Amino acid sequence: MNERGEGGGRGMRFADEFRDPARARALVAAIRAVLKEIGATAADPVHVMEICGGHTHAIFRYGIDRMLGDGIEFLHGPGCPVCVLPMSRVDDCLEIAEREEVIFASFGDAMRVPGTRGSLADAKARGADVRMVYSPLDALELARRNPDREVVFFGLGFETTMPSTALTVLQAARERLGNFSLFCNHILVPPPIRALLRDPDMRIDGFIGPGHVSMVTGIHIYDFIAEEFGRPVTVSGFEPIDLMQSVLMVLEDIRDATPRIRNQYARVVPEHGNKAALAAIDRVFTPRDAFDWRGLGEIDRSGVKIRPEFARWDAEEKFGVGYAAGKSSGREPEGCMCGEVVKGMMKPTECPMFGTICTPENPMGALMVSSEGACAAYHLYAGLRPEEVAS
Amino acid sequence: MCLGIPGRVVEITSEDPPAGIVDVSGVRRKVDLSCTVPAEGLAALMGKWVLVHVGFAMSVIDEDEAARTLAALEELGEAMEEIEAMHRSAAMLEEAE
Ligand code: SF4
Repeated sequence: MNERGEGGGRGMRFADEFRDPARARALVAAIRAVLKEIGATAADPVHVMEICGGHTHAIFRYGIDRMLGDGIEFLHGPGCPVCVLPMSRVDDCLEIAEREEVIFASFGDAMRVPGTRGSLADAKARGADVRMVYSPLDALELARRNPDREVVFFGLGFETTMPSTALTVLQAARERLGNFSLFCNHILVPPPIRALLRDPDMRIDGFIGPGHVSMVTGIHIYDFIAEEFGRPVTVSGFEPIDLMQSVLMVLEDIRDATPRIRNQYARVVPEHGNKAALAAIDRVFTPRDAFDWRGLGEIDRSGVKIRPEFARWDAEEKFGVGYAAGKSSGREPEGCMCGEVVKGMMKPTECPMFGTICTPENPMGALMVSSEGACAAYHLYAGLRPEEVAS
Repeated sequence: MCLGIPGRVVEITSEDPPAGIVDVSGVRRKVDLSCTVPAEGLAALMGKWVLVHVGFAMSVIDEDEAARTLAALEELGEAMEEIEAMHRSAAMLEEAE
């Protein structure tokens, strides 16, 4: 049951996990060789941050970090939109959802994120009309079918999901659907990365760039990481072989001190992104002066809001909540280490609440809610990582 | 929500906004095709594989890529989650009638 954890990754069986075990084995060997050339050791490892929560999940699922030995340390970045949503925004959701006339539509992932008065799931249990939807289009359909109710869609996510909500708002505008609005919590990938790179306590030698964000934006949104901060980025797919190949690519660039942006996932990620998607985003959204991130605090121009011409479909304006009400920062739960974990300064297992008070069934912090959160991923695959959970 | 799921375009239902029916592992659902309109016109998408994110096709992929992506999602337990979310949402809308 535990091939992957044994002996720091030696003796693992690739055949069960990889469609191309020979290639996986060759990649592991190549990565270990480059780590050696860099001179990385357990005491002085190379730090690579994977930005995307999907990558975090895959790295744990396949035990990729264990396979590569002690010379590399993965830092789990802020790329899980559910995990970085601050409590104050969840509180705003509850405030809207608890209104008599409102049907509040949310992705399932966001239902259990705790706010100061509980989560959306708690509000639903207390009688609020909260509906889980698969798509913002389904929320739009709810609005068409319930003309006497106010349907509010809880929009969240990075650049990946931004086009979908933008196109939904454009469709609502086209139909002049007055009883639909968007509670916009969309956030951008580059600003928190810039904030982390500016933090003097952080050590990040290179990045694995998100695949599906980049599919929308193209790869040049990361240029500043190489140009201003001298760190390489490789944009990666999320199959295990993709991730291993991307790790190898970024390590080569670290070894050669050639900071640049490479695209391992070119089969899905066009260099300049998706034109139609970017046009829809630009049409509907504009950057906020600042947005609050759980664990990271306020970051300049890190979120977007709805342009004034679409104010009619902006839930913040319609109901006078959130930034429209002049509110921003909220506090985080007592003893919660989410901020340290999001910054990669602490392992999930080092949080005193990990696995005891805070579990996926009953999350205290947001990193425990979605399988893309570092804490939930650690917890989910704990059986494969006995040495870390024991402490 | 972030990873998306591959599906095959089986019907074009509207030119403006571009939309169609996509078969995702046997589940058929309406998908917005605005971001994947080919230069040759929407009809050229028929039978093609697309990566669907929360009801929007975001990228045209080939069949082999679709199969590998689906396999990877299944191993991460994300494929079931997406398909369940589609079912649940459809059922919820039925109920709302
Ligand atoms: S264990 Fe819970 S409280 Fe601690 S860092 Fe993780 S999510 Fe936050």
